Amino acid sequence: MSGFERVGRVEDIPSLEGRAVTVAGRRIAVIRLASGFVAIDGACPHRGGPLADGIVGDSCVTCPLHGWRFDLRTGAPVGGGAASGVRTYEVLERDGELYVSVPAEGIEAA
Amino acid sequence: MSASPEPVDLLVVGGGIAAQAVCEAVLERQARTRVMLVCGEPRLPYDRVKLSSLLAGEVDPLALQLRPDDWYADRGVEAVLGRRAVALDPDAGICELDDGRSISFDRCVLATGSDPLMPPLPGLDCAAVHPFRGPEDCEAILAAAAGARRAAVIGGGLLGLEAAYGLATHGCPVSVVHLMGHLMERQLDEAAAALLVPAMERLGVEILLERRTEEIVGDGRVEGLRFAGDERLDCDLVVVSVGISPRTDLAAIAGLEVERGIVVDDRMTTSHPRVLAVGECAQHRGVVYGIVAPILDQAEVLAAALAEDDGSYDGSVPSAKLKVMGVDVVSAGDPEGDRAVVAQEDESYRKLILTQGRATGAVLVGDTRGAELLVDAVRTRRAVDDPLALLQEASRASAGDLPDTAQVCNCNGVCKGAILEEIRSSGLGSTAEVVAATRAGSGCGSCKPVVAELLALERGGAAEEPAYLCPCRKQTREQLAAVCREREIDSVSGLASACGAGRDCGACKPGLAYLVSEVNGNRHREERHARFINDRVHANIQRDGTFSVVPRIRGGVTSPDELRRIADVADRYQVPMVKVTGGQRIDLLGVRKEQLPAIWDELGMPSGHAYAKAVRTVKTCVGTDFCRFGLGDAIGLGIELERRMEGLYTPHKVKSAVAGCPRNCSEAYVKDIGLVAVEGGWEIYVGGAAGSTVRKGDLLDRVDRQDDALRLSLAFLQHYREHADYLERTYAFVERAGIDSVRQAVLDPERQALLLERYAIAKAAADPDPWREGGDPVHPRQFADLDSEPAESPS
Ligand code: SRM
Ligand SMILES: Cc1cc2nc3c(=O)[nH]c(=O)nc-3n(C[C@H](O)[C@H](O)[C@H](O)COP(=O)(O)OP(=O)(O)OC[C@H]3O[C@@H](n4cnc5c(N)ncnc54)[C@H](O)[C@@H]3O)c2cc1C
Ligand code: SF4
Ligand code: FES
Repeated sequence: MSGFERVGRVEDIPSLEGRAVTVAGRRIAVIRLASGFVAIDGACPHRGGPLADGIVGDSCVTCPLHGWRFDLRTGAPVGGGAASGVRTYEVLERDGELYVSVPAEGIEAA
Repeated sequence: MSASPEPVDLLVVGGGIAAQAVCEAVLERQARTRVMLVCGEPRLPYDRVKLSSLLAGEVDPLALQLRPDDWYADRGVEAVLGRRAVALDPDAGICELDDGRSISFDRCVLATGSDPLMPPLPGLDCAAVHPFRGPEDCEAILAAAAGARRAAVIGGGLLGLEAAYGLATHGCPVSVVHLMGHLMERQLDEAAAALLVPAMERLGVEILLERRTEEIVGDGRVEGLRFAGDERLDCDLVVVSVGISPRTDLAAIAGLEVERGIVVDDRMTTSHPRVLAVGECAQHRGVVYGIVAPILDQAEVLAAALAEDDGSYDGSVPSAKLKVMGVDVVSAGDPEGDRAVVAQEDESYRKLILTQGRATGAVLVGDTRGAELLVDAVRTRRAVDDPLALLQEASRASAGDLPDTAQVCNCNGVCKGAILEEIRSSGLGSTAEVVAATRAGSGCGSCKPVVAELLALERGGAAEEPAYLCPCRKQTREQLAAVCREREIDSVSGLASACGAGRDCGACKPGLAYLVSEVNGNRHREERHARFINDRVHANIQRDGTFSVVPRIRGGVTSPDELRRIADVADRYQVPMVKVTGGQRIDLLGVRKEQLPAIWDELGMPSGHAYAKAVRTVKTCVGTDFCRFGLGDAIGLGIELERRMEGLYTPHKVKSAVAGCPRNCSEAYVKDIGLVAVEGGWEIYVGGAAGSTVRKGDLLDRVDRQDDALRLSLAFLQHYREHADYLERTYAFVERAGIDSVRQAVLDPERQALLLERYAIAKAAADPDPWREGGDPVHPRQFADLDSEPAESPS
């Protein structure tokens, strides 16, 4: 479990909602789907809107500020609105605790 | 018979869909024809098909009339209402009415329709035994249903099922009694009919098949039905729907050839060259048609015959596109043939029937995609090599794949070619225009999506789509509301599991959440994941992710004490900006999410809903309290109006104002709802705007008393809540619906009473102050992220 940091408990995030947390200096949105938890960048690449406060569907989240939309598994922009995507992070769920892994800046693949 | 001095060119005896179709077709060809229309019923021609919706409470009686009053006057059509033709002398060209009047005519059209068939059962004369044919029947059935413990519908054909549906929607338990082994045997086969059963059971409709009714038991009042074999059903209301009997008495008196109906040839002419017949009273090549589409074809040919143009009627392949018990059904041609292919799933059934290698019938239940293509194949008896391939092709077909001859609108008999032609020649740009110009989509409305698709196609995809509430699943608000009602769904996730809406991208969930709350009179199951962030934390999100706090200051009237608390809060929480808003209240801007509960607690003022698609402000002016020009108590009425409306969610925000005189200092003319005091009363304006769109409101009405102004405002609010699309402001809604239709809905005393009743139900269950969740959150982290905690208020 190296690289994973504890961010909270399962019950901290209501179903189909997100909550933000800072891990390794980076703002992350952790989102709860019916199928489990996912994590993406917390700030929208458009103008920094809080993606943890977005509306969550089965497969994507919509930024609350101007409606850019991102795929929750790949971080890719969805639909015509959004110009660029967000990063995704691994989430681990163990004994009711949630852990997120944020690779050190510069190491992840382009 | 002695005749009136001036003979009319054309006398039309009738007053139903057929009579109207004749008037339209004849005047289209020969605009100067002098037409007299004798309507046996005391009203202008109306849409009988919509009586089913009337019974189910889905439309308004006023909406049934086919054309407005002016239509007749403008075209010189003299309509005689509530009079019957009782004698007809074709040789002399004279017709006598039941008031003794004689009309002389050049040509005459009989469009006398049919009577409901009433089988000679003992007990038929009991009270609360009704046919289902006219508006009076609907009224009588509904009145009887109100106190009924159980209703029985004799006849499980299309009409019988519609009657049962109507009764069930009013909460009346219903049994459908049918002679045959499955329902709707004229249109459906057994497997297709079986798919209707679960929908009926969900509505609490019981189905009794293979029952021959022998007696209506009762002594003046219905007590039950007795079937062959001595089985009994207890009921206190009976609707009889077993078929029609063409009205041929007048034709018989005139000496015309009559069999089951009035016999006509391929030019719709009876045995006397001066008299023609059309509609349910006419029999062509041995067939009497009991649905609308053939009637329209007949009227076209009839008009051609009168104008001495070419044209002959070769009969119609009956086809119908219906909603039965909330399930979409399309049937065309004959449900039996010598070969058939079927594609069946849990909730759908699609079948194509062939006879000697040609398409002769189609049945679609639950999934009617590509219906136009299949119906066209049946109508043209297309030779089909690979029927399964055709069935599959149809389910993928878009409007572009249809042949020009394919009939898009069954109600008005409009084909694809005619729609495209009209779009091109008149340069139409919106679905509403196409509907108005071609009448396609103005009947039951089920073909409107196809009309929209054709428009888009013609305009290179640039035209509007129908307003889908869930674009991913192409579901409109009307469709989703129907799903909610039929399946008694009370939550967004319930709707998602019923039809997938809101699943994919989730962006439409706030719209669905509003719909679910509206349909359930706010007795829905609230789910916060379906709400925009503003409605999860009851504050408006700002560009930097902070929030703004606007407490309710009714009518813009505050007090030193409130102002002091606002000032204290601003100090204590270092609120970056305090601002007077354009809505006559005060905004605390730049507040962090975690601070919200503590700030609300210290303010001790309720939420102003400045963040929600909900009732916002009622602005007022000083009115009679202080102003030397004031004519009405603007502040008093404004505060009262705000109290009565606050807490209600709406399709889009609703802002109001009350002005003490027409100087309009509170800008009431440009509000969603604006009240203006005038000498001796109040004017109520609706649909005003002064944001990105500027529009003066339409005058809804002028009333004498403050109470009435309040009542009309609330009735309008409820009408808007029920009928506007999500995110449609009143200025767009009133513009789209037209102020006349809004007036009809809001001013009619009965409809107004119902609107106010539903308003009261919704208001009683609405949360007047969501800020109370600050002290009692719906989730421990409602106001916090994973690494922050809600601030404690010092009090
Ligand atoms: C605070 C206020 C401006 C002010 O400082 O005075 C304001 C602020 C906003 N208005 Fe407004 N409007 C405010 C009065 C108005 C008015 C005047 C009025 O209410 O009498 C109008 C014109 C009337 C109208 O509603 O049409 C107005 C027309 C709009 C519109 C255009 C609506 C339209 O369809 O034309 C929008 C955009 C929208 O709704 O899509 C909008 C949207 C907004 C939003 C909510 C934009 C947003 O979604 O974030 C702004 C929130 C700013 C923030 O950071 O909190 N605001 N806005 C006013 C709050 C009034 C209140 O007490 O509740
Ligand atoms: C509840 C209901 C639902 C239906 N749903 C559908 C559907 O979904 N799809 C479909 O295709 N069809 C449907 N139909 C059938 C359709 O409504 C009829 O086929 C159509 O209305 C027949 O029109 P018509 O003008 O020939 O006859 P009618 O509507 O019967 O009109 C005849 C008119 O002539 C008047 N009249 C008769 N005799 C005289 C006289 N001597 N002097 C003056 N006036 C006279 C009558 O008062 C009546 O107003 C439905 C019918 C009902 C009752
Ligand atoms: S609306 Fe009329 S009464 Fe009210 S403040 Fe303005 S001028 Fe005075
Ligand atoms: S900040 Fe996310 S869409 Fe603009």
